[in-house]
Amino acid sequence: MTTALLPRLRRVAGGVLWYLRQASGEARWDAYLDQCRRDGTTPMSRRAFERHRAEHREHHPQSRCC
Amino acid sequence: MSTTTSQRPPRQKMTPKGAAVWVAVAVAGAICWTVLALSRGEQVSALWILFAALSSYAIAYRFYARFIAYRVLRVDDTRATPAERLENHIDFEVTDRRVLYGHHFAAIAGAGPLVGPVLAAQMGYLPGTIWIIVGVIFAGAVQDMVVLFFSMRRNGKSLGQMVREEIGVVGGIAALIAVFAIMIILLAVLALVVVNALAESPWGVFSIGLTIPIALFMGFYLRYLRPGRIMEVTAVGVGLLLLAIVGGGYVDQMGLSEALTLTPETLTICLVVYGFVASVLPVWMLLTPRDYLSTFMKIGVIALLAIAMVIAAPVLQAPAVSEFALPGTGPVFPGKLFPFVFITIACGALSGFHALISSGTTPKMVAKESQVRMIGYGGMLMESFVGISALMAACVIDQGLYFAMNSPASATGGTPQAAAEFVSTLGFTISPDQLSVAAQSIGEDTLISRTGGAPTLAFGMSLIFSEAFGSGLAAFWYHFAIMFEALFILTAVDAGTRVGRFMLQDTIGNVWNRYADISWKPASWSASALVVGAWGYMLYVGVTDPLGGINQLFPLFGIANQLLAAIALILCVTLFLKHGWTRWVWVPGIALAWDLIVTLTASWQKVFSENEKIGYFAQAAAYREARDAGDVLYPATDAGQMQQIITNSTVNGILQASFALLMLVVLANAVAVWVRAAKAGGLPTTEVPHETSRIVAPSDFIATAEEKAAVREWEESRGGDLVGGRR
Repeated sequence: MTTALLPRLRRVAGGVLWYLRQASGEARWDAYLDQCRRDGTTPMSRRAFERHRAEHREHHPQSRCC
Repeated sequence: MSTTTSQRPPRQKMTPKGAAVWVAVAVAGAICWTVLALSRGEQVSALWILFAALSSYAIAYRFYARFIAYRVLRVDDTRATPAERLENHIDFEVTDRRVLYGHHFAAIAGAGPLVGPVLAAQMGYLPGTIWIIVGVIFAGAVQDMVVLFFSMRRNGKSLGQMVREEIGVVGGIAALIAVFAIMIILLAVLALVVVNALAESPWGVFSIGLTIPIALFMGFYLRYLRPGRIMEVTAVGVGLLLLAIVGGGYVDQMGLSEALTLTPETLTICLVVYGFVASVLPVWMLLTPRDYLSTFMKIGVIALLAIAMVIAAPVLQAPAVSEFALPGTGPVFPGKLFPFVFITIACGALSGFHALISSGTTPKMVAKESQVRMIGYGGMLMESFVGISALMAACVIDQGLYFAMNSPASATGGTPQAAAEFVSTLGFTISPDQLSVAAQSIGEDTLISRTGGAPTLAFGMSLIFSEAFGSGLAAFWYHFAIMFEALFILTAVDAGTRVGRFMLQDTIGNVWNRYADISWKPASWSASALVVGAWGYMLYVGVTDPLGGINQLFPLFGIANQLLAAIALILCVTLFLKHGWTRWVWVPGIALAWDLIVTLTASWQKVFSENEKIGYFAQAAAYREARDAGDVLYPATDAGQMQQIITNSTVNGILQASFALLMLVVLANAVAVWVRAAKAGGLPTTEVPHETSRIVAPSDFIATAEEKAAVREWEESRGGDLVGGRR
């Protein structure tokens, strides 16, 4: 039982980390890199990529509700 | 006909074990409800409410939401969603269902479900509990899910667009104006909650003020130092936030307390200036980082409150149904239980604003049609749970203190002696000393007439947290809770102002093309100023109203929100009839019927009631008569205040009447369509045709073994070429 606990905990922690990275949008960069690899294109720098995303947010505000 | 003949839903056979579990949940729920319904004058634990809510949600989600998804809407997983068909990795993006659930919840949840239930606690705990739970199951969650479904079937069209295309141009224009006007009221009332929470509270001003430099720091960090490292900078930001709350306790020692003790009027100016600056600054500087902080705080605090509630198991101090419920003479907000409980608690039971989120960003990210159940219905259940938590926190406070905090200053007189006297006229006892001690215990000078709901909720939360996690930190917990509310109200104000500005630029742009260019400074600045000016004016009206701003404006906000819900539900009924789903029209129909009864009764009373406490115009007339006779009528103290009440009440009355009229215009336009659709047995709609989906993804929170196997098989067949944000 104790031997199985550690990998289990690691799995849960990994899942939480995955969720937070996805939900916060941090993982978008990884997805973009994957996409570039599949398409065989050279990715832009991370700085440029994040600016691109900020530029989009600038023009598509999302309402926060009550 | 655009309706598709979908395959039969996966008929889940219930195992004997499954059936036993659901019977147990039903029995537990029934016991909780019975205890709540029958207890009178006894010590009732708040946990009965918690478990009544949880078991009701579970049953509703398992059975009713499932029924709506598979039998009524006939969600079709062979159909590609807009996210799959139009994927551009910008707004159309196939998103993991659990991640999208988080996004959707973060977008719909805010201060609304925290404030409404606190005010409604003046009627006792039972009316609010019943409305939040029954309302969400049959109205709020149904609206969110059905609107999400219809928008998803139309490539993520907005509510306004759908009303225009499916109901008519007249209805569409009315809906557009209603959405804009309601948003202004929403922003004003939310800002009023913040002003009331921060006024005369140097600790609060200190810690909330520091969120601006903290957010700026995060923004610059993400822009220049380490782009994209959102998690690490959010962790640092939350740490700084906690330091800011602790630091606020030392404002006295730092000699800042005088400089930071601000009047409501000063705070109003600060908020208006802040709102304008925030809405013209680039989003990366302030809005985006603040959104990270507020989302984190939102989810963290709600989880913490649920845990603390179970550990502390506090006893309800409020009666089941208070003596104000039937005569409608309560000091917190005027009017009887029906209809005013149902409009005071909007968010948490039924919130029209959610229809804007369900028809905006979310439908463009859904991976599979069947997921609308967990995201739309499930997301709203979570919001309802927030409302129930707020109700419990408000109902565990001593009743004398509750009314001292929530009655307008004109009633309590603002001093402990006068407040204690006033509370005793309501039939509760609290001594002036007790009022002062309660304020000191949480590091505030006074708690008297701290209306708006936020201070009450924060006090209740600090009671529960102290009980659960050990005493001694009550002041920290109180300001922690204030921070949590103020943070996402300010985020809502930032984002709302910006959305309003875009709507305005877009609308004016129809006449004057250049104005729609969002990067043209004269347009964006003037549109921002107009939006800020509009909510700033209403905020000022609320702050300076001698009758008490929350008392006057909250009903307007609640009715406006529910009228927006009526527009969304009218759209749902229209689409049901156009699709020819006549036998299921009762699903959105009962929600719409109830909402119309409530909002029209409330609107009627607010406009036509001769009771000057309720009717805005009666109020204006009474004060006008007195002014003309040269009298000064309580609670006004001079002729200037008399004039203020007359102007404010007239403005509120006109707004109230116009909101109701706008909704009636949409309804009238829709009824014409209903008749045509019913005669023809259906009408063409703008639903996009079926395209076959290639994606495989689970439907619910927890994937079944078969779903997991199907996903694995699909992933292998694609050789690691995964779609979108999927793992």
